[in-house]
Amino acid sequence: MNACCLLAMNAAPPGLVAMAGQAAMLAVLAALGLALVRLVRGPSLADRAVALDLTTTLATAFLVIHAVRAGEPAYLAVAMAVALVGFLGTVALASYLKRRGHP
Amino acid sequence: MSDILSAALLLAGAAFCLLAAVGVVRLPDLFTRMQASAKSATLGVGCTALAAAVHFEPLEVKTLALLVAVFLFFTAPVGAHMIARAAHYVGTPLGPHAVVDQWRPHLTDLPSATPPDSTAARTFPAASQGEPGPDL
Repeated sequence: MNACCLLAMNAAPPGLVAMAGQAAMLAVLAALGLALVRLVRGPSLADRAVALDLTTTLATAFLVIHAVRAGEPAYLAVAMAVALVGFLGTVALASYLKRRGHP
Repeated sequence: MSDILSAALLLAGAAFCLLAAVGVVRLPDLFTRMQASAKSATLGVGCTALAAAVHFEPLEVKTLALLVAVFLFFTAPVGAHMIARAAHYVGTPLGPHAVVDQWRPHLTDLPSATPPDSTAARTFPAASQGEPGPDL
């Protein structure tokens, strides 16, 4: 079994969901780029914290869309783990920002 | 039928995510950006997780997809609230269109170090001596 055949087996089922998944993935990718813009530009640390929070949320969305496209439910568990770690990171950043004392 | 519903939910979720990112880039100050990030992006992930729940057949996978959505709906407001509270506490400036900061007069344990000049110029004099708002 060559690589091409493997790829065909793992590819998304043809049809409506595959096309919508492709479009949704591109949209979430564009959103990740915009979040990166805010991460670089953000004038204060809190702006960067918001951008990071948005990035983990968008990564969750990306993983869920990939789970649908690939037809592989395991990615949903990965998405759940990413959401959990993102929440912990947000809380840690917020408490650090408050302890630091200036924006 | 379930294909159509799943595809529509995927597209709606991705559109919400994109709108959230556009809002985070374009809105004028931290607290309005947080609105976009906390509400719209959460709704976007909720829609995509619902699409996954519609798309997959086994019940345990449906449950897992819904669990992702529920978990995010619980944690996203908490995280956004913590960032907003810390940012307001340390004196992150409001945008040019803000008219009142009703919470500032009620903060009694502000950090002793005054913020640098650039931020002091942009805070609102009306906010500190204006009429106190309702008890928060």
